[in-house]
Amino acid sequence: MLRSGVLPSPVEMHIPDGFLSLGVSLVCWVLAVVGVGLALRRSRQALGERQVPLMGVLAAFVFAAQMLNFTVAGGTSGHLIGGALSAILLGPWAGILTMTTVVAVQALLFQDGGLLVMGANLTNMAVIATLVAYGVYRGVRILSGTRRWGLLVGGFVGAWFSVVVSSVAAAIQLGFSGTSPIGVALPAMVGVHALIGVGEGLITVGALALVTAVRPDLVEGARERAPGGLRWAVLGLGLALLLTLLSPLASPHPDGLERVAENLGFIEAAQDAPYEVVPDYTFPGVPSEALATIAAGVAGTIIVFGIAVAVAALYRRQAVARS
Amino acid sequence: MHVDALDSYLPGDSPVHRFDPRVKLVLSLLLILTIVLTPDRAWVAFALLGLVLLSTTLLSRLGLGVVQRRSAVALPFALAALTVVFSTPGPALLRLPVPGGPWTVTTTGLLRFGFIVLRSYLSVQAAVLLAATTPFTDLLWAMRALHIPRVLVAVGGFLYRYLFVLADEAQRMMRAREARSAAPDGRGGGGLAWRARVTGGMAGSLFIRSYERGERIYSAMVARGYDGEVRTLSASALRPADVVVGVCAGLTLLAVLILGRVVV
Repeated sequence: MLRSGVLPSPVEMHIPDGFLSLGVSLVCWVLAVVGVGLALRRSRQALGERQVPLMGVLAAFVFAAQMLNFTVAGGTSGHLIGGALSAILLGPWAGILTMTTVVAVQALLFQDGGLLVMGANLTNMAVIATLVAYGVYRGVRILSGTRRWGLLVGGFVGAWFSVVVSSVAAAIQLGFSGTSPIGVALPAMVGVHALIGVGEGLITVGALALVTAVRPDLVEGARERAPGGLRWAVLGLGLALLLTLLSPLASPHPDGLERVAENLGFIEAAQDAPYEVVPDYTFPGVPSEALATIAAGVAGTIIVFGIAVAVAALYRRQAVARS
Repeated sequence: MHVDALDSYLPGDSPVHRFDPRVKLVLSLLLILTIVLTPDRAWVAFALLGLVLLSTTLLSRLGLGVVQRRSAVALPFALAALTVVFSTPGPALLRLPVPGGPWTVTTTGLLRFGFIVLRSYLSVQAAVLLAATTPFTDLLWAMRALHIPRVLVAVGGFLYRYLFVLADEAQRMMRAREARSAAPDGRGGGGLAWRARVTGGMAGSLFIRSYERGERIYSAMVARGYDGEVRTLSASALRPADVVVGVCAGLTLLAVLILGRVVV
């Protein structure tokens, strides 16, 4: 069959039909319709009558770019997902529309992701991935000013966050549907996508470096289409934080599950990890367990962003020293 | 590359192929909805749903093997649901000697997992049948008739039109990269980060080519009178026979759903 060889796609993020409950699917459809509807209106204002042909060809680009792969190790290979790249180069609204058509065609034509749960896949891969990527990118650009490292660091961090945060959203949806307990789905999804995100970040940086060298007007043009950098940065980081806060609530019967897991010796098995920085995703000394989980999530988000900013600052000092 | 190497439409002449795309799209969604709403252990309902899919497959003359093989697409995702085997309360079936304490497989957990995978497998079959018997342009036309925003459908149409052109372009770039670089077996040359950066450069160059192609297409469209409005042929009337079949199929699905939820 053609799909396996010709059009690879990150299967673990395209949720198929049957894995989400109807309630979760419907809520996600509402979110997706709101996001895409807003994007339809705003991108029309920005692009005018060029909207349809340009978006269409660039949506085909995202599809084709997913075919460009590179060897990771052994028989596995990595490839671009494209959400962050299109968000940065086209601006958030056009980025959402492009990814919306990509996700819809993947489901309709290649059965990558279900039809009834398409709202969830659109929310994760078109709306959340684009907004988070763009927000984080603009955040780094505010820190960097017009200097070149801002583009590259912003591209990398934005791409990483977009992949990881949309996997958090997918884990939350699976948790609410009772398909996979959030305590297992979240670390598993985030673990895998933290690695995929690094590949996505590196490819995005390579692509951005080339586009700036050849057509710098395209990179700056996208910024003009979405004014208000600080607002975007707050929106992107806010979304990431909101999903982190939401994740501990994503269990249909948290107490029942926990008790049963304890009875079956499942919790003990999970606790015996060789290294524990924040044991059991909770902070020692914080009384309420839900509160502690939220605190752990917030701390994680802040730490990752802090590392990114520190790397950026280091990079900036080097650049200043060189010039 | 040939267009049909990428397209999942399989040309044919069968009642399923000839069925009105609007009704087919709606029925496919209703079928998936019924599958998702059918509760665990509703054996009779699931058997009936399987029968519906099987008879549609036979009627479409696609071949059982093709449809089953394509439906395997979503199976790897089942891993995401595997943990319900251990976390659902119920009588213990098996203890896995995992370091740190045995994990217990429960009968209820195993059943729950089985039904999640079964639902997903049946739903994918419905989507496969839809895509394999309906040309994508007909699907777009059906979506337009069902009032999906005009711009989205038009962008989808462009995506489909240029997907094959740009996929060709991407494959040429990959071939060029392979022709220029020798690499030891199983590993690429250079470091991992370097390889990713090179692939990124290819993606960037593909982006610029696509963007400039988009601008040329826009100019060509303006030269031919394009004013920002995408016009499509207005939907033709539904044939009475298709309506009758559609309503009957919808009522059948409703009956199966009620059977599954009430009778068990």
